[in-house]
Amino acid sequence: MTDKSALEAVVPPRPVQWGVILVWVLVLGLLAVVGLGLIRTQQGNIGVGARAPDFQLTTFSGSTVDMADLGGKVVVVNFWASWCIPCEQEAVELETAHQQFKDQGVVFLGVNYVDTESEALAYLDRFGITYDNGPDLGTRISQAFRIRGVPETYIVGRDGRLAHVKIGPYESLSEIQTAVNASMEE
Amino acid sequence: MQRSLKVYLVLMAIAAPVLIASAAVQPPPPSDDEVNAIAHQLYCPVCENVPLDVCPTQACAQWRATIRDKLAQGWSEAQIKDYFVEQYGERVLATPPARGLNWLVYVLPPAAFLAGAFVLYRAFRSWGQNSEPLVPTAPDADGDPYVARLEEELRRRS
Repeated sequence: MTDKSALEAVVPPRPVQWGVILVWVLVLGLLAVVGLGLIRTQQGNIGVGARAPDFQLTTFSGSTVDMADLGGKVVVVNFWASWCIPCEQEAVELETAHQQFKDQGVVFLGVNYVDTESEALAYLDRFGITYDNGPDLGTRISQAFRIRGVPETYIVGRDGRLAHVKIGPYESLSEIQTAVNASMEE
Repeated sequence: MQRSLKVYLVLMAIAAPVLIASAAVQPPPPSDDEVNAIAHQLYCPVCENVPLDVCPTQACAQWRATIRDKLAQGWSEAQIKDYFVEQYGERVLATPPARGLNWLVYVLPPAAFLAGAFVLYRAFRSWGQNSEPLVPTAPDADGDPYVARLEEELRRRS
């Protein structure tokens, strides 16, 4: 008889400890949830080359803009808020760019992030913005783009993929023009 | 002059009850406490971990103004919270609604507490049972195969 078999003959097998297993399952489940949350937090914005999220924007005037209907066009999606001071820096330039590109198959969309409607409308009026703007209801669009703040601008190419991402405000009109032109050529 | 004064007094006498009645019907504007009672249950996504009632940013000030407007329009607390959820998502709520994965928030902490209490109970119980006697006793060779084997080895080598 070997040592191991002798020991097994003397010491009875331990019963399955379901309580301990349950505790471990709970701990591991909690760690998995926390881990998934951390991964999601650390993911950052969607990058150039990624497929642009589909979304519907209900504008302040009540119409609905569906990204699915804008296939084949270059779409400039700008996230902004009336309380965002850096957003003011690029507001007039974005409108100027919209006027320049609107007849070339380029659509500008403003997504109003975490704002109140009256303040947002006053902002649009103050900067004379005429392209479609609407609230990010339920922050669904900003979550789809995984934005970190405002302003952020995403230019979707004709193929539906992100051609350009700008975190923070554009410094000048020429910077917007360069980005849109490059996206149109892709 | 006297006649115009009389006309003025008569008009005032007619208008006064109407003015007083309309003033009495108009509800008082919502107080800061009423606004903050609701704001305390909301969080602005921009200012993470800061309740809306104490958040100093312009965005939060706008939100508090919205709450005040809605209260003045006669909206209830539940209606205002629903409005904010619709506008900005469920993450604005201080206490997430108990559905879907949110259940974990309500289930896991008490479950972890109970599991911890159970583990402690088992540990204390086992320490109490296995506590060593103060005076060491001689090992019982008959009951322990290892001790028996050890003694056998020692006998052979001596």
